[in-house]
Amino acid sequence: MNRHLSGAGVGVVLALIALVVFGAWRYDGFVSPYNILTVLRYNSMFALVGLGMCFVIMTGGIDLSVGSVAAMSSVVSAYLSPYGLVAGLVGGVGVGLIAGSLSGFIITRMKLLPFIATLAVMLAASGTALLLANNQSVSVSYDTAFMTLGQGNLLAGFKPEWIDGEDAGWAGAALGLLFNFPTPAWMALVAYVIGSVLLNALPFGRHVLAIGGGEEASRLMGLPTDRTVFLAYLISGGLAGMAGVILAAQFGAGQPIEGIGWELFAIASVVVGGTLLTGGKGSIFATLAGVLLLGLIFTILNFENGVGWISLSAYWQSVVRGAFLLVVVILQSRLARRVPA
Amino acid sequence: MSVQPLLSMRGIDKSFGVAPALIGASLDVMPGEVMALIGQNGAGKSTMIKVLNGYCGKDGGDITFDGKPWAAASPQAAQRSGVSTIFQEINLIPFRSVTENIYLGREIRNAAGFLKWRSMHEGARALLAAFAVNIDVGAPLGHFSTAIQQMVAIARAVSFNAKLVIMDESTSSLDEQEVGVLFQTIRQLKAQGVSVIFVSHKLDELYKVCDRVTVMRDGRTVAVAEMTEMTKLQLVACMLGRDLADVRKQGATAFSTAAHAAGAEILVVDHLAVGRRVSDARLSIRKGEIVGLAGLLGSGRTETARAIFGADDHQAGSIRYDGRPVRFREPREAIAAGLGFCSEDRKHEGIVPGMSVRENLTLALLPALSRSGVVDETRQRQIVDRFIKDIGIKCASPEQPIRELSGGNQQKVLLARWLCMNPKLLIFDEPTRGIDVGAKAEIQKLIRRLADDGLGVLMISSEIEEIVEGADRTFVLRDGATVAEFDRSTASEHALMSVMAHGEGA
Repeated sequence: MNRHLSGAGVGVVLALIALVVFGAWRYDGFVSPYNILTVLRYNSMFALVGLGMCFVIMTGGIDLSVGSVAAMSSVVSAYLSPYGLVAGLVGGVGVGLIAGSLSGFIITRMKLLPFIATLAVMLAASGTALLLANNQSVSVSYDTAFMTLGQGNLLAGFKPEWIDGEDAGWAGAALGLLFNFPTPAWMALVAYVIGSVLLNALPFGRHVLAIGGGEEASRLMGLPTDRTVFLAYLISGGLAGMAGVILAAQFGAGQPIEGIGWELFAIASVVVGGTLLTGGKGSIFATLAGVLLLGLIFTILNFENGVGWISLSAYWQSVVRGAFLLVVVILQSRLARRVPA
Repeated sequence: MSVQPLLSMRGIDKSFGVAPALIGASLDVMPGEVMALIGQNGAGKSTMIKVLNGYCGKDGGDITFDGKPWAAASPQAAQRSGVSTIFQEINLIPFRSVTENIYLGREIRNAAGFLKWRSMHEGARALLAAFAVNIDVGAPLGHFSTAIQQMVAIARAVSFNAKLVIMDESTSSLDEQEVGVLFQTIRQLKAQGVSVIFVSHKLDELYKVCDRVTVMRDGRTVAVAEMTEMTKLQLVACMLGRDLADVRKQGATAFSTAAHAAGAEILVVDHLAVGRRVSDARLSIRKGEIVGLAGLLGSGRTETARAIFGADDHQAGSIRYDGRPVRFREPREAIAAGLGFCSEDRKHEGIVPGMSVRENLTLALLPALSRSGVVDETRQRQIVDRFIKDIGIKCASPEQPIRELSGGNQQKVLLARWLCMNPKLLIFDEPTRGIDVGAKAEIQKLIRRLADDGLGVLMISSEIEEIVEGADRTFVLRDGATVAEFDRSTASEHALMSVMAHGEGA
């Protein structure tokens, strides 16, 4: 078996393909450009949070704070949105970086367990978000370009007019996907490419995996364990901050009470992607596939309701996601066992 | 010798908490020399190595390396300055590839800072080829045998251009052929002027590859000699702290106590093989008999006991218990059949420190004590009170947390935990380690009394006089195989040590 596909990642990719095929077969418009781009737009913030979580989990840690950090960041960036897109983005990401460095500091310097440290940061960030926002959502400025971070399409300005025409054909459809690609999805895509380079082409990523695979051994090898772990939480915090910016821009308001349960969604995506919860083994793009898989379940439920045979409440999505989580993880462990040791 | 030593450690002191691990210990290594470092468990070898390679600091003493004062801040700093360590447990990352394990921490990168995977793979391949290991260096390390992993660890250590390589128990997981390859490597290093500190419990190996030997005991350096000047028996005597003259004398006056009438055989173990450590263990225990299991560290004593108890699986051989062949898959099954195991590591495998004496004592008995999930506290108290009086556990009350008790009394509580299950066979792994002299005698007396009451006892001990004086019969393990059996009339310290050192031919 191809080394890059063996073990981690096979199960989730197979499940994702199966789900797409099922959707395409069952529902009209499931694979339409509009639906694809909507799914990507909505899930890009989860993708960012999942990426950060992936790095943290690969070190053998956990970051419970991502959801409330995103909520806090959404509030801060909403407040800063009148000063422009850049101010909102930098402010939101900055808040996330501060939260991430706080977690990293507590874990590496004060030697607290990641679970405890990030639980504390989670509670603190959640309270801060509510304090800042006075317990209500904070409207985003409509006068600046800030909202395009959530609702815009990065390349829309360059789109040739013929693409939307009647006889644009396949080429038009393909280029249409490109020019209508949502800005937040671009942000996630770029983050994943950088994350992949970081993991596979730079020493940092190797150290992350080494520490997760054996912290004591890594220390004895002389790896900069504290710095590496700190950076992993910094990355996770920064990406959670960016997700918060997208959240505010997408919904037109900073949401102090959003983000509850995001950390569990992110952990689920990472685990579904075949990354070991104990660390040491993981894949960036399998995590992305995990995010999309869990995100698509929501879309499928919507379509199912649209077909009108049955009416499923949105609460069912958690049940179905839970079931998928189990199935994929079991599938994966079976597949991994078959790979000759 | 006019040549300056490459390494000189003098008067090294080190304590962990209140317990001294090193007391004025010393170690000298000449350039290009292979120095054996030996000693019993807890003698201070590992601490000595950790002080040297910067894993932990020292409380006192001087270290000179390569003519300069030496104070490594970390294993990595030591490595950069020419001291590489291969630790006892292979300290690599099984999930990561062989290449990564060799290059972690000093990756080859291009001008832009990106990893040069191809160069690293080629480097790893070339490095391993020098040790006659040809494997797929891109595959996870964990896919390979322990021996290969060990070779990778050595390749990593050597590739740091070390002046001194420390090998801590490097051969314990290798088979004979692999050991041969390793020794070839050591000789190669020696030829290049690299010094090696070689820690091993396999005495035969030392003679094959080492120039000199340093023996440690109880945190002190007790002997330094040319390898050829010390016989194996002298080494063993030195490690165990027995004066050789004493040994000879005691050997002459063998215990002549006649074996008292023991009952039927309760346990018979034949040709037992467990993992890599035990290849052919044989022993038998009769009712009312204390059977000693002796051997040097790493000879497979604990592994044999664990396999009997069902804590580890065995690959070959037979275990007969109470007349029937058995193969316990879980300790639970062994316990149900009437076995008990007092493990060597009280702190981690025995007591629950925060719980009371009462709770600790009846932990294993709880299922039998409870009806529909409710513990019958009256009966529990009766049992606890009986054992506290019976075996003399000194505690303020049954409700005192066990961590406040002395080591000897903790051991008694653990013993009581098994006794209240009415076992037929008890296994003791180092029953008196870390216990003061008075309590030691009490425990030993207690074990004797239990045997006299008809219990079968298997006693593992590193203290040779405990075996000689306590055991009715003794089996000696050497490199995982039973090499000798003694009864009271033939067992002597000299005879036992001789077998531990040489194998057959006592």
